[in-house]
Amino acid sequence: MFLRGIMLGLAYEFDWSVLWRNPYGMYLLKGIWVTLQLGLIGWVIALSLGVLIGTMRISPWRWLRFLGGAYVELFRNVPFMVQLFFWYYAGPMLFGPSLEKSINSIIGLNYYVAIIALGMYTASRVAEHTRAGFSSISRDHYHAGLSTGLTHPQMYRYVIIPYALRIIIPPLTTEFLTIFKNSSIAMTIGVLETTFMSYKIDSETFHGLEATTGACLIYLALGLTIVRLMGILESRLRIPGMIGR
Amino acid sequence: MFDAVVTNLPFLMGGFWVTVKLAFFALAGGIPLGILVGLGRISTNKWVYYPVTFYVNVIRNIPLILVIFWFYFVMPIIIGSPLDPFPSAVISFIIFEATYFGEIIRAGYQSVSKGQIEAGYSTGLTYTQTTRYILIPIALRRMLPSLITQSIVTYQDTCLAFVIGLPEFIRRARIVDTLEVRSIQLFGFVAIVFFITCYIGSVISRRFEVKAEQGG
Repeated sequence: MFLRGIMLGLAYEFDWSVLWRNPYGMYLLKGIWVTLQLGLIGWVIALSLGVLIGTMRISPWRWLRFLGGAYVELFRNVPFMVQLFFWYYAGPMLFGPSLEKSINSIIGLNYYVAIIALGMYTASRVAEHTRAGFSSISRDHYHAGLSTGLTHPQMYRYVIIPYALRIIIPPLTTEFLTIFKNSSIAMTIGVLETTFMSYKIDSETFHGLEATTGACLIYLALGLTIVRLMGILESRLRIPGMIGR
Repeated sequence: MFDAVVTNLPFLMGGFWVTVKLAFFALAGGIPLGILVGLGRISTNKWVYYPVTFYVNVIRNIPLILVIFWFYFVMPIIIGSPLDPFPSAVISFIIFEATYFGEIIRAGYQSVSKGQIEAGYSTGLTYTQTTRYILIPIALRRMLPSLITQSIVTYQDTCLAFVIGLPEFIRRARIVDTLEVRSIQLFGFVAIVFFITCYIGSVISRRFEVKAEQGG
């Protein structure tokens, strides 16, 4: 594909039909489906793990706080692509030579690795927002929860977490958008998502410009849809009496 | 333990150097363009505001990897001849990161209250003096932590140039890995180098954050 540029002169003829022509239209649709899977399943992991770690970071136990902090620092300071490569290429080796073979023979391993890596990476960012959300809740809420006879876990489960979650919805919306954008990096380990498919169309038709433009429009539409949906969610869940928009 | 890393160290560090150069050019172009974007976003001229806002909103919704591809495909058509991956990557980084820097600059500007500006005028300062002695110092101090954080993100993002075949840090680790099959140490090494450099950056950023809070 590097030599291809040389053959390509000024006379570039656009062929937008690569976006819907058989089989390329199907490629893109399949890509969108995989992008949605990566983003949504990754998000479930990110949200549950991220809230857990964010809670750990404000817990009264020092070693839990340390563990949470170490997780966040580790995952935030290493580029996502490096993490992806590490889990995909080195991950199976960590289990020892006998298990390594059976792990590497899993069909669609790159897909599973991408989801888990995406979830774990995004979890570190969700954890930071969660921590910030928790610290914005006044101490009185904690004391009030405990004074009504709730145990520590109950206080978090029924008072603090439902409250903090709503405070952090706007920053989480951004993260939710980001996870779909980051899912495009999964193409580097060969996951057949939207970006990969546009690249594939390029390698089969040499019309990479049209294919990537199409993919850009897909991500744009996806982003705008999410913003719209999250806007509805935000107004539904808004805590009465708090910042109206 | 790190035998494959040690024997290939010059090759790997050559890749790291490419990554650093890429980050340098991306920031050297991205921050000035970001300032222009930020100014465009606070402009009251609708011929400036709407096009700039459109540019920011479009780019921020598209994954960087796709922006890199897109420029890699579009550049030969614009200039009529193929472009090296390096300048192509630098251009896409500048275009992409400028939107993020622009939003930081806009937020920093808007964090300065009107009262402070009016106080400047009322003490007899001219427009230029108010900007120079009041607006810029206050806004800059508030923006600095985010600017540093975004610079770290830019540095991390440079590894995506991998996709257009640039022989940067990860590409080279991957090349060595296909020959030697020492994935744990090779990618572990890349991760450690990134971790140390980014961690130092985030510590610096946090220090400025504390300063901004004390001074703000």
